Amino acid sequence: MQIYLPIAEVSVNAFLLLGLGGIVGILSGMFGVGGGFLMTPLLFFIGIPPAVAVATEANQIVASSFSGVLAHFKRRTVDLKMGVVLLIGGLTGAAIGVQVFTILREMGQVDLLVKLCYVVFLGIIGGLMFFESLRAIRRSKSPTSVPVRKKHGFVHALPFKVKFRTSGLYISVIPPLVVGLFVGILAAIMGVGGGFIMVPAMIYILGMPTKVVIGTSLFQIIFVTAFTTLLHATTNYTVDMALAVLLLVGGVVGAQIGTRIGVKLKAEQLRILLSLMVIGVCAKLALDLLIEPSELFSLGAGGH
Amino acid sequence: MLRALALALCLLSSPLAAEEVVADLSKDEVAITANFDGSDILIYGAVKRDAPAAADPMQVIITVAGPKQEVNVRKKDWRYGIWVNTSAVEVDAAPSFYAVASSGALSDVLTETEDLRHGISIPRAIRSVGAPSDVENATEFTEALIRIRTKKNLYQQLDNTVNLFDETLFSTTIDLPANLVEGPYDTHIFLVRNGVIVDDYATVINVNKVGLERWIYDLAHQKPLIYGLLSLFIAIAAGWMASAVFRYIRF
Repeated sequence: MQIYLPIAEVSVNAFLLLGLGGIVGILSGMFGVGGGFLMTPLLFFIGIPPAVAVATEANQIVASSFSGVLAHFKRRTVDLKMGVVLLIGGLTGAAIGVQVFTILREMGQVDLLVKLCYVVFLGIIGGLMFFESLRAIRRSKSPTSVPVRKKHGFVHALPFKVKFRTSGLYISVIPPLVVGLFVGILAAIMGVGGGFIMVPAMIYILGMPTKVVIGTSLFQIIFVTAFTTLLHATTNYTVDMALAVLLLVGGVVGAQIGTRIGVKLKAEQLRILLSLMVIGVCAKLALDLLIEPSELFSLGAGGH
Repeated sequence: MLRALALALCLLSSPLAAEEVVADLSKDEVAITANFDGSDILIYGAVKRDAPAAADPMQVIITVAGPKQEVNVRKKDWRYGIWVNTSAVEVDAAPSFYAVASSGALSDVLTETEDLRHGISIPRAIRSVGAPSDVENATEFTEALIRIRTKKNLYQQLDNTVNLFDETLFSTTIDLPANLVEGPYDTHIFLVRNGVIVDDYATVINVNKVGLERWIYDLAHQKPLIYGLLSLFIAIAAGWMASAVFRYIRF
């Protein structure tokens, strides 16, 4: 069934959108990522104008994250205190990120920079997570080896220590603020929720338990993407409600299923799957930059 | 009304023309609804004459042009090991949609000078004033624009598709694809003899969003804050509902 999207001004198959929403929703629920880094390139691929894809995707992430976070609230796997601290950093970061984006656009080549950002960050994070999870799995399979004691790095030497009971942490508020800020900046530049950066940062830098990380990351993402949606809707008029509804109907159902799958999987398995997916997207984007495209030319809206 | 006016203008501007086009469309409004997936438009008409037809064969060209837009055509090049956009040409006015149907092969039907004057063939319908001086091969960019849009069925050159009966009656069908932009679509019917245009009949097909499509589009542009909040509300309500439903069925 074809459907004409009022803002994007293209006609696409409604079931294709429902399916895409569903698949990305499952991943979102499983890994606590918004799914933007997957969905946005997919939307480009089916012919949605990039500006509309980025803005509408933000709106869809709000829905699937909200659906996912409710399931996590029920399971008490959201660290609200940590979430709020990350959010303060995140919103500040997003505001800075928008400014950076504008400066980059004036310099030209913003597309390339966004793509390079994707390749570099997805590559580093995917690679790190993959090898770390492999090591963890190998450790758990050889019972003779002694589990490594949690390292007390620089994170624990900073002032303003606060107790995060849900995460079982007693650390300074500075690292989560900085993580939030950094992810906020990147999220605004790359047009995603930033979960795929946030989740590893929470695990490896803040040392939060994996189960709490996902709910907390979703909680923070809701607010950052809601802020982005409003910004896009009021400045660029590029949020397509019809597209968003189709994506989110699939997305919210998928997120519910994904959350349940995520609970059944072991933390290491979850991490290795997420890392493989991140590496996959990274490889695809890198190939696009490296291989000669069949059409060297592209069309964009004019105007100065 | 518009059509009557156009016809009147036609009559006034060419009082000496021996031949005149009288034409109509199967519809002059195209409504874009939620399940719009393209539309066929039948264009038909006849040639009115005061005197017997001239000896040389008559030809008919029919064009439909969507709203003109500025288009930025970018080209990728191999730099530092990766493919990046290196040069761009701004095409000043390219129709969002363009179909040109003719009763013969367009290059035979129309002379080069007439094409240049009236902007009938696809390359001539696109106006590109000047490329930046650092771009070497500017025509390459307009060719790319035509190639990309032809692939999407947005530019159509339809040779030998206007049916001509007895040098008097003619008809053709223009297939409007699903990916239409709103606005007036200028439609011209040209009567050609010896490669020269002898009469031009102009009308307009209005393409408009209707119903829900119209409402969403207007709200998004006129009350963007409310639209944004409504989008968020729908998103959160859908997220909450899915969660509630799943809790209920205890999946």
